[in-house]
Amino acid sequence: MPTAPAGTLYRGREGMWSWVAHRVTGVLIFFFLLVHVLDTALVRVSPEAYNAAISTYQTEIMGLGEAGLVAAIVFHAFNGIRILLVDFWAKGPRYQKTMLWVVIGLFVVTMAGFLPRHLINVFTGGH
Amino acid sequence: MTATLEADAPAPAGEIPSFTVTLRVRRFNPEVSEEATWEDFTVEAHGTDRVLDALHKIKWDMDGSLTFRRSCAHGVCGSDAVRINGRNRLACKTLLKDVNPDKPITVEPIKGLPVVKDLVVDMEPFFASYREIMPFLVTTGNEPSKERYQSPEDRARFDDTTKCILCAACTSSCPVFWTDGQYFGPAAIVNAHRFIFDSRDEGGSQRLEILNDKEGVWRCRTTFNCTEACPRGIEVTKAIQEVKRAMITRAF
Repeated sequence: MPTAPAGTLYRGREGMWSWVAHRVTGVLIFFFLLVHVLDTALVRVSPEAYNAAISTYQTEIMGLGEAGLVAAIVFHAFNGIRILLVDFWAKGPRYQKTMLWVVIGLFVVTMAGFLPRHLINVFTGGH
Repeated sequence: MTATLEADAPAPAGEIPSFTVTLRVRRFNPEVSEEATWEDFTVEAHGTDRVLDALHKIKWDMDGSLTFRRSCAHGVCGSDAVRINGRNRLACKTLLKDVNPDKPITVEPIKGLPVVKDLVVDMEPFFASYREIMPFLVTTGNEPSKERYQSPEDRARFDDTTKCILCAACTSSCPVFWTDGQYFGPAAIVNAHRFIFDSRDEGGSQRLEILNDKEGVWRCRTTFNCTEACPRGIEVTKAIQEVKRAMITRAF
Protein backbone atom coordinates (compact mmCIF):
# COMPACT_ATOMS: atom_id res chain seq x y z
CA MET A 1 0.00 0.00 0.00
CA PRO A 2 1.75 3.17 -1.07
CA THR A 3 1.77 5.89 1.48
CA ALA A 4 0.39 9.02 -0.03
CA PRO A 5 -1.27 12.09 1.39
CA ALA A 6 -5.02 12.12 1.79
CA GLY A 7 -5.88 12.95 -1.78
CA THR A 8 -3.65 14.95 -4.02
CA LEU A 9 -3.54 18.67 -4.55
CA TYR A 10 -5.65 19.75 -7.51
CA ARG A 11 -3.26 20.53 -10.31
CA GLY A 12 -4.73 23.79 -11.49
CA ARG A 13 -2.97 25.94 -14.00
CA GLU A 14 -2.04 29.63 -14.26
CA GLY A 15 -5.55 30.79 -13.40
CA MET A 16 -5.73 28.85 -10.15
CA TRP A 17 -2.26 29.81 -8.96
CA SER A 18 -2.80 33.47 -9.78
CA TRP A 19 -5.95 33.24 -7.66
CA VAL A 20 -3.99 31.65 -4.81
CA ALA A 21 -1.34 34.37 -5.04
CA HIS A 22 -4.06 37.02 -5.15
CA ARG A 23 -5.59 35.61 -1.96
CA VAL A 24 -2.26 35.34 -0.16
CA THR A 25 -1.19 38.87 -1.07
CA GLY A 26 -4.66 40.13 -0.17
CA VAL A 27 -4.47 38.63 3.31
CA LEU A 28 -0.94 40.02 3.79
CA ILE A 29 -2.10 43.48 2.78
CA PHE A 30 -5.06 43.19 5.14
CA PHE A 31 -2.79 42.45 8.10
CA PHE A 32 -0.49 45.29 7.15
CA LEU A 33 -3.44 47.69 6.99
CA LEU A 34 -4.66 46.46 10.37
CA VAL A 35 -1.30 47.20 11.97
CA HIS A 36 -1.00 50.42 10.01
CA VAL A 37 -4.35 51.71 11.24
CA LEU A 38 -3.36 50.80 14.81
CA ASP A 39 0.03 52.51 14.73
CA THR A 40 -1.37 55.57 12.98
CA ALA A 41 -4.09 55.71 15.62
CA LEU A 42 -1.31 56.20 18.21
CA VAL A 43 -1.10 59.79 16.97
CA ARG A 44 -4.37 60.28 18.77
CA VAL A 45 -2.72 59.01 21.96
CA SER A 46 0.30 61.23 21.66
CA PRO A 47 2.80 62.15 18.93
CA GLU A 48 5.57 60.72 21.15
CA ALA A 49 3.87 57.33 21.31
CA TYR A 50 3.49 57.40 17.53
CA ASN A 51 7.14 58.27 17.03
CA ALA A 52 8.18 55.52 19.44
CA ALA A 53 6.12 52.96 17.55
CA ILE A 54 7.40 54.09 14.16
CA SER A 55 11.02 54.12 15.32
CA THR A 56 10.78 50.41 16.13
CA TYR A 57 10.15 49.85 12.43
CA GLN A 58 13.53 51.26 11.41
CA THR A 59 15.31 47.91 11.25
CA GLU A 60 16.66 45.77 8.43
CA ILE A 61 14.07 43.08 9.07
CA MET A 62 11.23 45.56 8.79
CA GLY A 63 12.96 46.93 5.68
CA LEU A 64 12.76 43.50 4.09
CA GLY A 65 9.16 43.27 5.27
CA GLU A 66 8.45 46.55 3.49
CA ALA A 67 9.96 45.11 0.32
CA GLY A 68 7.62 42.13 0.70
CA LEU A 69 4.68 44.43 1.32
CA VAL A 70 5.40 46.43 -1.82
CA ALA A 71 5.76 43.18 -3.78
CA ALA A 72 2.38 41.99 -2.46
CA ILE A 73 0.67 45.27 -3.29
CA VAL A 74 2.21 45.51 -6.77
CA PHE A 75 1.10 41.97 -7.65
CA HIS A 76 -2.32 42.43 -6.11
CA ALA A 77 -2.85 45.68 -7.99
CA PHE A 78 -1.79 44.47 -11.42
CA ASN A 79 -3.58 41.13 -11.04
CA GLY A 80 -6.65 42.99 -9.83
CA ILE A 81 -6.71 44.87 -13.13
CA ARG A 82 -6.38 41.53 -14.91
CA ILE A 83 -9.36 40.14 -12.99
CA LEU A 84 -11.41 43.23 -13.86
CA LEU A 85 -10.56 42.71 -17.52
CA VAL A 86 -11.46 39.01 -17.30
CA ASP A 87 -14.89 39.97 -15.99
CA PHE A 88 -15.67 43.07 -18.00
CA TRP A 89 -13.73 42.81 -21.24
CA ALA A 90 -15.45 40.39 -23.61
CA LYS A 91 -12.15 38.91 -24.78
CA GLY A 92 -10.71 38.83 -21.25
CA PRO A 93 -11.28 35.14 -20.49
CA ARG A 94 -9.55 34.14 -23.70
CA TYR A 95 -6.47 36.23 -22.96
CA GLN A 96 -6.27 35.52 -19.23
CA LYS A 97 -2.96 33.63 -19.49
CA THR A 98 -1.38 36.30 -21.67
CA MET A 99 -2.60 38.91 -19.24
CA LEU A 100 -1.08 36.99 -16.33
CA TRP A 101 2.31 37.06 -18.07
CA VAL A 102 1.85 40.78 -18.62
CA VAL A 103 1.07 41.13 -14.89
CA ILE A 104 4.23 39.21 -14.00
CA GLY A 105 6.24 41.31 -16.46
CA LEU A 106 4.93 44.56 -15.00
CA PHE A 107 5.59 43.18 -11.51
CA VAL A 108 9.22 42.41 -12.37
CA VAL A 109 9.75 45.82 -13.98
CA THR A 110 8.19 47.66 -11.05
CA MET A 111 10.14 45.69 -8.47
CA ALA A 112 13.37 46.10 -10.44
CA GLY A 113 12.87 49.83 -10.20
CA PHE A 114 11.93 49.82 -6.54
CA LEU A 115 14.01 47.12 -4.86
CA PRO A 116 17.61 48.37 -5.45
CA ARG A 117 16.79 51.87 -4.24
CA HIS A 118 14.81 50.60 -1.27
CA LEU A 119 17.35 48.00 -0.18
CA ILE A 120 20.23 50.48 -0.45
CA ASN A 121 18.26 52.82 1.81
CA VAL A 122 17.50 50.03 4.27
CA PHE A 123 21.00 48.62 4.54
CA THR A 124 22.92 51.89 4.47
CA GLY A 125 20.62 53.58 6.94
CA GLY A 126 19.71 56.35 4.54
CA HIS A 127 16.00 56.49 5.30
CA MET B 1 -11.54 0.14 -28.14
CA THR B 2 -8.29 -1.40 -29.14
CA ALA B 3 -8.31 -4.43 -31.36
CA THR B 4 -6.70 -6.93 -29.02
CA LEU B 5 -4.15 -9.26 -30.53
CA GLU B 6 -3.40 -12.76 -29.32
CA ALA B 7 -0.46 -12.60 -26.99
CA ASP B 8 1.45 -15.39 -28.74
CA ALA B 9 0.65 -14.31 -32.28
CA PRO B 10 3.58 -12.96 -34.28
CA ALA B 11 3.59 -9.21 -34.23
CA PRO B 12 2.21 -8.03 -37.54
CA ALA B 13 3.35 -4.79 -39.10
CA GLY B 14 1.72 -1.76 -37.55
CA GLU B 15 0.94 -3.47 -34.28
CA ILE B 16 -0.04 -1.06 -31.57
CA PRO B 17 2.78 -1.02 -29.02
CA SER B 18 1.84 -2.21 -25.57
CA PHE B 19 3.34 -1.20 -22.25
CA THR B 20 2.72 -1.74 -18.57
CA VAL B 21 1.22 1.06 -16.60
CA THR B 22 0.52 1.48 -12.90
CA LEU B 23 -2.73 3.02 -11.80
CA ARG B 24 -2.79 4.43 -8.28
CA VAL B 25 -6.47 4.37 -7.44
CA ARG B 26 -8.07 6.09 -4.48
CA ARG B 27 -10.15 3.38 -2.78
CA PHE B 28 -12.90 4.02 -0.30
CA ASN B 29 -15.41 1.53 1.06
CA PRO B 30 -17.44 2.76 4.04
CA GLU B 31 -18.37 -0.83 4.92
CA VAL B 32 -14.72 -1.69 5.45
CA SER B 33 -13.07 1.48 6.68
CA GLU B 34 -13.78 5.16 7.17
CA GLU B 35 -10.38 5.89 5.70
CA ALA B 36 -9.71 6.17 1.99
CA THR B 37 -6.53 4.48 0.83
CA TRP B 38 -4.41 4.27 -2.29
CA GLU B 39 -4.08 1.01 -4.13
CA ASP B 40 -1.71 0.30 -7.01
CA PHE B 41 -2.70 -1.84 -9.97
CA THR B 42 -0.29 -2.67 -12.76
CA VAL B 43 -1.90 -3.50 -16.06
CA GLU B 44 -0.79 -4.18 -19.61
CA ALA B 45 -2.06 -1.46 -21.91
CA HIS B 46 -1.89 -0.49 -25.56
CA GLY B 47 -0.95 2.87 -26.96
CA THR B 48 -4.56 3.45 -27.90
CA ASP B 49 -5.98 2.56 -24.47
CA ARG B 50 -7.72 5.12 -22.35
CA VAL B 51 -7.72 5.36 -18.58
CA LEU B 52 -11.19 3.81 -18.67
CA ASP B 53 -9.82 0.74 -20.48
CA ALA B 54 -7.26 0.31 -17.72
CA LEU B 55 -9.99 0.66 -15.07
CA HIS B 56 -12.01 -1.97 -16.95
CA LYS B 57 -9.04 -4.32 -16.97
CA ILE B 58 -8.68 -3.90 -13.23
CA LYS B 59 -12.37 -4.44 -12.57
CA TRP B 60 -12.81 -7.36 -14.96
CA ASP B 61 -9.54 -9.24 -14.41
CA MET B 62 -7.99 -8.17 -11.11
CA ASP B 63 -10.36 -6.74 -8.53
CA GLY B 64 -14.07 -6.83 -9.20
CA SER B 65 -14.77 -4.67 -6.17
CA LEU B 66 -13.34 -1.57 -7.85
CA THR B 67 -16.30 0.75 -8.27
CA PHE B 68 -16.66 3.52 -10.83
CA ARG B 69 -19.36 4.95 -13.07
CA ARG B 70 -19.39 4.73 -16.80
CA SER B 71 -22.12 4.36 -19.29
CA CYS B 72 -21.46 5.16 -22.92
CA ALA B 73 -17.67 5.07 -22.53
CA HIS B 74 -17.29 7.50 -25.42
CA GLY B 75 -17.35 10.95 -23.89
CA VAL B 76 -21.04 11.63 -24.39
CA CYS B 77 -22.87 10.53 -21.24
CA GLY B 78 -20.61 12.29 -18.76
CA SER B 79 -20.59 9.50 -16.17
CA ASP B 80 -16.90 8.89 -15.67
CA ALA B 81 -15.45 12.23 -14.63
CA VAL B 82 -12.56 11.44 -12.29
CA ARG B 83 -9.41 13.18 -11.18
CA ILE B 84 -6.50 11.82 -13.21
CA ASN B 85 -3.04 12.94 -12.09
CA GLY B 86 -4.67 15.72 -10.11
CA ARG B 87 -6.88 17.08 -12.90
CA ASN B 88 -10.53 16.47 -13.66
CA ARG B 89 -10.90 14.44 -16.82
CA LEU B 90 -13.26 11.93 -18.38
CA ALA B 91 -11.62 8.53 -17.99
CA CYS B 92 -13.04 7.58 -21.41
CA LYS B 93 -11.45 10.55 -23.19
CA THR B 94 -8.00 10.42 -21.62
CA LEU B 95 -5.42 8.27 -23.36
CA LEU B 96 -2.96 6.58 -21.01
CA LYS B 97 -0.06 7.67 -23.21
CA ASP B 98 -1.08 11.31 -22.72
CA VAL B 99 -0.84 11.23 -18.92
CA ASN B 100 2.75 10.01 -18.59
CA PRO B 101 2.41 6.22 -18.13
CA ASP B 102 6.06 6.01 -16.98
CA LYS B 103 4.98 7.06 -13.52
CA PRO B 104 1.97 5.76 -11.57
CA ILE B 105 -1.18 7.48 -12.79
CA THR B 106 -3.32 8.65 -9.88
CA VAL B 107 -7.06 8.20 -10.26
CA GLU B 108 -9.27 9.81 -7.62
CA PRO B 109 -12.93 10.72 -7.30
CA ILE B 110 -13.81 14.29 -8.19
CA LYS B 111 -13.51 16.77 -5.32
CA GLY B 112 -16.22 18.57 -3.42
CA LEU B 113 -18.94 15.94 -3.66
CA PRO B 114 -19.45 13.18 -1.06
CA VAL B 115 -17.70 9.94 -2.04
CA VAL B 116 -20.04 6.95 -2.00
CA LYS B 117 -17.53 4.25 -2.88
CA ASP B 118 -14.14 4.28 -4.63
CA LEU B 119 -14.56 6.63 -7.60
CA VAL B 120 -18.32 7.07 -7.29
CA VAL B 121 -19.53 10.35 -5.79
CA ASP B 122 -23.01 11.48 -4.82
CA MET B 123 -24.02 13.78 -7.68
CA GLU B 124 -27.24 14.95 -6.05
CA PRO B 125 -25.95 18.34 -4.79
CA PHE B 126 -24.68 18.96 -8.30
CA PHE B 127 -28.01 18.12 -9.94
CA ALA B 128 -29.91 20.10 -7.31
CA SER B 129 -28.07 23.25 -8.42
CA TYR B 130 -28.77 22.33 -12.03
CA ARG B 131 -32.51 22.01 -11.40
CA GLU B 132 -32.59 25.32 -9.57
CA ILE B 133 -31.63 27.38 -12.60
CA MET B 134 -34.66 25.97 -14.51
CA PRO B 135 -32.91 24.17 -17.37
CA PHE B 136 -35.91 24.24 -19.70
CA LEU B 137 -37.49 26.64 -22.16
CA VAL B 138 -39.70 29.21 -20.46
CA THR B 139 -42.24 30.97 -22.65
CA THR B 140 -45.49 32.89 -22.27
CA GLY B 141 -48.62 33.09 -24.40
CA ASN B 142 -50.04 30.54 -26.78
CA GLU B 143 -47.92 27.88 -28.31
CA PRO B 144 -46.99 28.79 -31.88
CA SER B 145 -48.43 26.63 -34.65
CA LYS B 146 -45.04 26.64 -36.38
CA GLU B 147 -41.59 26.17 -34.93
CA ARG B 148 -40.15 28.91 -32.76
CA TYR B 149 -38.01 30.63 -35.33
CA GLN B 150 -34.41 31.39 -34.49
CA SER B 151 -31.80 32.85 -36.79
CA PRO B 152 -28.42 31.11 -37.10
CA GLU B 153 -26.84 34.18 -35.48
CA ASP B 154 -29.14 33.95 -32.49
CA ARG B 155 -28.45 30.23 -32.23
CA ALA B 156 -24.71 30.84 -32.36
CA ARG B 157 -24.98 33.19 -29.38
CA PHE B 158 -25.26 30.28 -26.93
CA ASP B 159 -23.83 27.45 -29.04
CA ASP B 160 -20.88 26.88 -26.72
CA THR B 161 -23.00 26.20 -23.65
CA THR B 162 -25.30 23.70 -25.40
CA LYS B 163 -22.44 21.20 -25.38
CA CYS B 164 -22.58 20.47 -21.64
CA ILE B 165 -22.92 16.79 -20.68
CA LEU B 166 -23.30 17.40 -16.92
CA CYS B 167 -20.25 15.37 -15.98
CA ALA B 168 -19.42 17.74 -13.09
CA ALA B 169 -15.76 17.98 -14.10
CA CYS B 170 -16.00 21.78 -14.02
CA THR B 171 -17.98 22.18 -10.81
CA SER B 172 -15.73 19.77 -8.92
CA SER B 173 -12.60 21.54 -10.19
CA CYS B 174 -13.72 24.84 -8.66
CA PRO B 175 -11.89 25.88 -5.46
CA VAL B 176 -14.92 27.92 -4.44
CA PHE B 177 -17.17 24.86 -4.74
CA TRP B 178 -14.79 22.70 -2.66
CA THR B 179 -15.04 25.01 0.32
CA ASP B 180 -18.57 26.30 -0.23
CA GLY B 181 -20.89 23.52 -1.38
CA GLN B 182 -23.76 26.00 -1.59
CA TYR B 183 -22.19 27.71 -4.60
CA PHE B 184 -24.19 26.97 -7.75
CA GLY B 185 -21.03 25.94 -9.52
CA PRO B 186 -19.89 26.38 -13.11
CA ALA B 187 -22.12 23.68 -14.64
CA ALA B 188 -25.36 25.21 -13.35
CA ILE B 189 -24.30 28.65 -14.61
CA VAL B 190 -23.32 27.22 -18.00
CA ASN B 191 -26.76 25.66 -18.34
CA ALA B 192 -28.42 28.89 -17.23
CA HIS B 193 -26.33 30.72 -19.86
CA ARG B 194 -27.67 28.32 -22.47
CA PHE B 195 -31.21 29.65 -21.85
CA ILE B 196 -30.47 33.23 -20.80
CA PHE B 197 -28.92 33.91 -24.21
CA ASP B 198 -31.53 31.90 -26.14
CA SER B 199 -33.64 34.36 -28.15
CA ARG B 200 -36.72 32.09 -27.82
CA ASP B 201 -36.59 31.96 -24.04
CA GLU B 202 -38.47 34.36 -21.78
CA GLY B 203 -37.25 33.22 -18.39
CA GLY B 204 -33.94 35.04 -18.61
CA SER B 205 -34.64 37.64 -15.95
CA GLN B 206 -35.92 34.95 -13.60
CA ARG B 207 -32.72 32.92 -14.05
CA LEU B 208 -30.58 36.01 -13.59
CA GLU B 209 -32.51 36.68 -10.39
CA ILE B 210 -31.69 33.16 -9.14
CA LEU B 211 -28.01 33.52 -10.03
CA ASN B 212 -27.77 37.00 -8.52
CA ASP B 213 -27.79 35.21 -5.18
CA LYS B 214 -24.93 35.40 -2.69
CA GLU B 215 -24.06 31.85 -3.79
CA GLY B 216 -24.58 32.66 -7.44
CA VAL B 217 -22.28 33.94 -10.17
CA TRP B 218 -20.58 36.49 -7.93
CA ARG B 219 -18.84 33.65 -6.08
CA CYS B 220 -16.81 32.97 -9.23
CA ARG B 221 -13.16 33.91 -8.69
CA THR B 222 -12.11 33.26 -12.29
CA THR B 223 -9.56 30.56 -11.52
CA PHE B 224 -10.22 29.00 -14.95
CA ASN B 225 -10.01 25.48 -13.51
CA CYS B 226 -13.46 24.80 -14.97
CA THR B 227 -12.50 25.93 -18.48
CA GLU B 228 -9.40 23.78 -18.32
CA ALA B 229 -11.29 20.74 -17.00
CA CYS B 230 -14.27 20.77 -19.38
CA PRO B 231 -14.09 17.64 -21.58
CA ARG B 232 -16.34 19.36 -24.13
CA GLY B 233 -14.09 22.39 -24.48
CA ILE B 234 -16.73 24.82 -23.26
CA GLU B 235 -15.27 28.17 -22.30
CA VAL B 236 -16.92 27.92 -18.91
CA THR B 237 -15.37 30.97 -17.27
CA LYS B 238 -16.29 33.04 -20.32
CA ALA B 239 -19.92 31.91 -20.01
CA ILE B 240 -19.97 32.79 -16.30
CA GLN B 241 -18.49 36.20 -17.07
CA GLU B 242 -21.17 36.77 -19.74
CA VAL B 243 -23.87 35.99 -17.19
CA LYS B 244 -22.24 38.42 -14.75
CA ARG B 245 -22.23 41.14 -17.37
CA ALA B 246 -25.81 40.38 -18.44
CA MET B 247 -26.84 40.86 -14.84
CA ILE B 248 -25.31 44.32 -14.78
CA THR B 249 -26.37 45.42 -18.27
CA ARG B 250 -29.95 44.13 -17.97
CA ALA B 251 -30.40 45.70 -14.55
CA PHE B 252 -29.84 49.23 -15.90
